[in-house]
Amino acid sequence: MSTATHSLPRTIGAHAVLLTYTAIALFPVILVIMNSFKSRAGIFGAPLTPPTPKTFDLIGYTTVIGQGDFIHYFQNSLVVTVASLFFVLLFGAMAGFALSEYRFRGNTMMGLYLALGIMIPIRLGTVAILQLMVASGLVNTLTALILVYTAQGLPLAIFILSEFMKQVSDDLKNAGRIDGLSEYTIFFRLVLPLVRPSMATVAVFTMIPIWNDLWFPLILAPSEETKTVTLGAQLFLGQFVTNWNAILAALSLAILPVLILYVIFSRQLIRGITSGAVK
Amino acid sequence: MGSLNIENVKKAFGPVEVLKGIDLEVNDGEFVVFVGPSGCGKSTLLRVIAGLEDSTSGRVVIDGQDVSVTPPAKRGIAMVFQTYALYPHLTVKNNMGLGLKQAGTPAAEIDRRIGIASSMLSLEPYLERRPAELSGGQRQRVAIGRAVVREPKLFLFDEPLSNLDAALRVNTRLEIAQLHRRLKATMIYVTHDQVEAMTLADKIVVLNAGRIEQIGGPMELYNSPANEFVAGFIGSPKMNFIDGAKLGETAKTVGVRPEHLTVDTTSGAWKGTVVHAEHLGADTNLYLDCEKAGLLTVRIFGVYNAEPGSTLYATPDPAKTYRFGADGRVIK
Repeated sequence: MSTATHSLPRTIGAHAVLLTYTAIALFPVILVIMNSFKSRAGIFGAPLTPPTPKTFDLIGYTTVIGQGDFIHYFQNSLVVTVASLFFVLLFGAMAGFALSEYRFRGNTMMGLYLALGIMIPIRLGTVAILQLMVASGLVNTLTALILVYTAQGLPLAIFILSEFMKQVSDDLKNAGRIDGLSEYTIFFRLVLPLVRPSMATVAVFTMIPIWNDLWFPLILAPSEETKTVTLGAQLFLGQFVTNWNAILAALSLAILPVLILYVIFSRQLIRGITSGAVK
Repeated sequence: MGSLNIENVKKAFGPVEVLKGIDLEVNDGEFVVFVGPSGCGKSTLLRVIAGLEDSTSGRVVIDGQDVSVTPPAKRGIAMVFQTYALYPHLTVKNNMGLGLKQAGTPAAEIDRRIGIASSMLSLEPYLERRPAELSGGQRQRVAIGRAVVREPKLFLFDEPLSNLDAALRVNTRLEIAQLHRRLKATMIYVTHDQVEAMTLADKIVVLNAGRIEQIGGPMELYNSPANEFVAGFIGSPKMNFIDGAKLGETAKTVGVRPEHLTVDTTSGAWKGTVVHAEHLGADTNLYLDCEKAGLLTVRIFGVYNAEPGSTLYATPDPAKTYRFGADGRVIK
């Protein structure tokens, strides 16, 4: 059917491009999940075929659950990710609100300064960070990771959120002020719900690098108690022998929590309660 | 119980001076309209009165009390915004009651006041709804209701009708006028629409570029504008301004309202050609290109048939012709 806004060749073309992209993006993920259910021989014999009754094997998962304290690693990863996410969103939103709402001397400079971190990778400062953590006795604690990830996530969060906060109607905030709401109430009850979709965007952007990070857990918290999932999976990577079953199983399991968090946030992206508040 | 005094209020945003010294007195129970072109500072002035902006200098006195440094919630004011600004997460009832709740008013008293306000604005069927479930007109009524329940000394309206469509605008205008009559409260209303200003106001304050050009009743401004700006701003279509030198007058500019010009096909003061005619039914607007006076707008009551290109003579009513000096002020 051809209408004014849709034409069949164009629809097919657009879908072809999108499907190709989806296939490319999903291919490694599917490969990991598929092979995690295969025996060692199956993985190396035919890495691209799905598990058959002959090659199906849960050895990877039993190794992961049996060896190492994977439940604990998961817990660590989750604590670090959720706590960092919480602080990034809280402080990012507060700073964004201050930058967009209040006129003060050096407002623009402050905004630029806070956004500078987007351009400079935090890893450049690893040595200084490590020295700092050693000095403050935070090495091998989850607190160290949470602090670093909060710092890492803040610049982008502030940059995005302050832009969105500028769009929240001034009238609404002023109505709150006339009704005697405190600035905190205005921020938490009026402004935050209205920028929820952008908060979800920031959450997704912040969460994935934190969950996947190997660098800082390896440097700041490599002890058994504080290992994260990505670091724990390294356990099976030997210099001479690598337990591919276990690595693939660990990685497949590591996908799950981020996926769940993503689903939660993406629902927020779609939902909009803002309609009707202001014209 | 609701007088307002503004003494030499100035407001600057960085180097930009938005208000250049405003003095104004509003008596209890008056309906005052601030009117002016966009960027004239009328909204800023309202915000300074509300306490949403700090003035750079000067005093705001509400009811005999200097409130220059009092937070908005403690000034005894209520404000209705152009964009309604209802709390999206609260029901109509809670939207109206929030201010009182914050001030620690007992629940029974809040309910009583919401009852009165909602019956006054016929909002009773909607009390449990959220703003998203209301139409634009209903939302603005809720916003007005939210102001009414606070029983403020001063009502502030910031272009409350701008977001409504033409029919609703007329209805809501009527409602605001009735509300003022019933409550006998002091109201300050900001608009750029001179029809709203003329129909609602007891007193109009015409602002331009951060200064008050003139203060007066609607008819006073219409009949005796103090200067060229007010003369051009009040009245629609706009007053015709003619270069005095062309007419052999000593005044810099001569002004005649379109409705104070008469036309004739055979003789008159200014000979001109009809450029365009607008037929509105109740009246007809003619645009005449005159040899002496330039382009003139003439408003004729009723239907008048004039073909573009035909020749007409326009004659001003000498009693209603204004003369302005070089400084723009009217010459008496």
